[in-house]
Amino acid sequence: MKLLVVEDDRETASYIQKGLSESGYTVDRAGEGREGLFLASSGGYDAIVLDRMLPGLDGLAVLGALRAAGIGTPALILSALGSVDDRVKGLRAGGDDYLVKPFAFSELLARIEALLRRGVATAATTTLRVGDLELDLLTRTVRRGGKGIELLPREFRLLEYLMRNSGQVVTRTMLLEHVWDYHFDPQTNVIDVHVSRLRQKIDKNFERPLLQTVRGAGYCLRAPE
Amino acid sequence: MVSDKIHLPAARSLPSPRRFFERQRRLVRTHAFRLAALYFLVFAASVLGVLCFVYWTSADFVERQTEATIDTDITGLAEQYAQRGLSGLVQIVAARSAGDSGEAMLYLVTDPDGRPLAGNISGWPLGVPAGNGWLSFTVEVRVQRKPVSHPARGSMIIMPGGYRLLVGRDISDAAAFRDRVKLTLLWSGMVALGVGLLGGAAMSRNLLRRVELVNRTSERVMAGNLSDRVPLDGTGDEFDLLAVNLNRMLDQIERLMTAMREVTDDVAHDLKTPLSRLRARLELALIEPGDAGAQSEAIRVAIDEADRLLVTFNALLRIAEAEAGAVVDMAAPFDLAEVARAAVELYEPVAEEKGFVLTLTAEPQVDIRGDRHLLSQALANLLDNAIKYADGGALEVRVFRADARAVLEVADHGPGIPQNNREIVFDRFVRLEPSRSTPGNGLGLSLVRAVVHRHLGTIALADNHPGLRARLEFPMSCV
Repeated sequence: MKLLVVEDDRETASYIQKGLSESGYTVDRAGEGREGLFLASSGGYDAIVLDRMLPGLDGLAVLGALRAAGIGTPALILSALGSVDDRVKGLRAGGDDYLVKPFAFSELLARIEALLRRGVATAATTTLRVGDLELDLLTRTVRRGGKGIELLPREFRLLEYLMRNSGQVVTRTMLLEHVWDYHFDPQTNVIDVHVSRLRQKIDKNFERPLLQTVRGAGYCLRAPE
Repeated sequence: MVSDKIHLPAARSLPSPRRFFERQRRLVRTHAFRLAALYFLVFAASVLGVLCFVYWTSADFVERQTEATIDTDITGLAEQYAQRGLSGLVQIVAARSAGDSGEAMLYLVTDPDGRPLAGNISGWPLGVPAGNGWLSFTVEVRVQRKPVSHPARGSMIIMPGGYRLLVGRDISDAAAFRDRVKLTLLWSGMVALGVGLLGGAAMSRNLLRRVELVNRTSERVMAGNLSDRVPLDGTGDEFDLLAVNLNRMLDQIERLMTAMREVTDDVAHDLKTPLSRLRARLELALIEPGDAGAQSEAIRVAIDEADRLLVTFNALLRIAEAEAGAVVDMAAPFDLAEVARAAVELYEPVAEEKGFVLTLTAEPQVDIRGDRHLLSQALANLLDNAIKYADGGALEVRVFRADARAVLEVADHGPGIPQNNREIVFDRFVRLEPSRSTPGNGLGLSLVRAVVHRHLGTIALADNHPGLRARLEFPMSCV
């Protein structure tokens, strides 16, 4: 997998590059908007990490130019501007995800993986499957090993998101954003309790757990090896 | 300092005559002066008009009166003539001329050749007139033995046989009266115009003075004296209103400046402390030889500390953003009940875990205008607080309408907040004594208040007997 990081702050850029390389990605770097646009246009990247405020050409302008040229490489916008308005602007300009600085590296990694995954799973499926867990989007029912599992609507939405991103780490912030549409972190660990309740329902009576906690990062729903 | 070398502005060091003219020029340029000049012109024109009218009517009146007297006299004489003939008329005229009637009547009867037969005038003043009608002439009058010529007015009639009768009157009194009226009017006109001029100047100066007061205050405020205000004169006129509005604006600016200074101080204090702690911790980890395990533990603690700092920093930014007040799209209506439902749904499991019974009572469709996300966060902060400080029990969220206001209430059965602390808890970084040991940054309620104010709402903390009841009120969106 080949990634492009467009970031003018050298320290942040090398931190991201180092982290992503260690996670097995090939990373190219651009320190300036026009250079980023040039590299991204020449193609071949699976995803782009784009800083919003760049010298030369602003991040949103780079994104606009790319999208106008018909290049749909998934892009994650990095920005110190974190209000809802700023996010909306970023996403409207063609960004696929928006991460506010400063961020934990695990958060960035989880989001990049989600982006890469999104590119693949485009087929309009009506059933999601992870191991012997099955979620039917039409009848809104969940079964595991042939047995029906009763879920509350919010638990269903949570499970749907985890299953769509199965096999990869999903952070608490990602869950708050995508399942609850909350763009801030409450002081109370509200997400943990939701997840543990869901875990009670889908894992309790089964030998091999599917929903795992990744320490310091988030959760991961994964089929047992 | 550079400023030491700067000379006083040129205007201040002008020699006095130039300064005087400078001031006059400025006066002429002012709106007040133009207004006063216009006022004066209109005033002068109307005064002139009134005076002319008075003069004309009074002078005319006296003349008519004279003519009426003469007419009456002639009618009387004509009757005598009709009864007693020419000789009777001559007799009467002679008799009247002899007695000093005191009314300064003038008589003359002449034969067809113009020779006087009777009368108190020696002859025709301007030669024998050709026909009937009015004439003005002068007569010689002896005043204290000196001949003085007086103006007179009279009417002449030609009688049958060419005899002529002149009846006239000395109008020197009337002329004197007219002169007097003329003089009086002239003087009063000049006085009136003088008063008008002075009044206009005074009005203009007064206006100018009050504008000048506003200007001087603005200059002082710009020079940094933020607490200066435009003085009022208590009349409640437009200038007072202008001053009141300017003062309000200055109040608002001062409040914002003070708030900003407070924020800076708060940030300096409350971010510096953890930052120095962080630094100390890292420094210690660096000098202590220690094993790799202790080192990575120190780094982990440092990262936690940095994360807490970032949370505080973000919270401060959000408060500042909410307080700035210009960005929220107030045009977007949303259902407060829906926001409450989502929050209760998110918090319900964690509340239950901690021994709370979280319930929502909501009227449908309680629409207000503003930013749904900001309001969600405000409600989340209130719920965070309740869960942090109360020790389980009922935790109620209520959404309803009251007096055309949308109300959101969060009520717990915790320890509550003592009456005297219910205002200060909204200030940044304020943490009350029993809660100091629990984690938190003292910014939660500050954000709640900022969000509420941003939505033109009010917030009040009350006793829930026992516990705390936070009541948020907003104007309803009238769609």
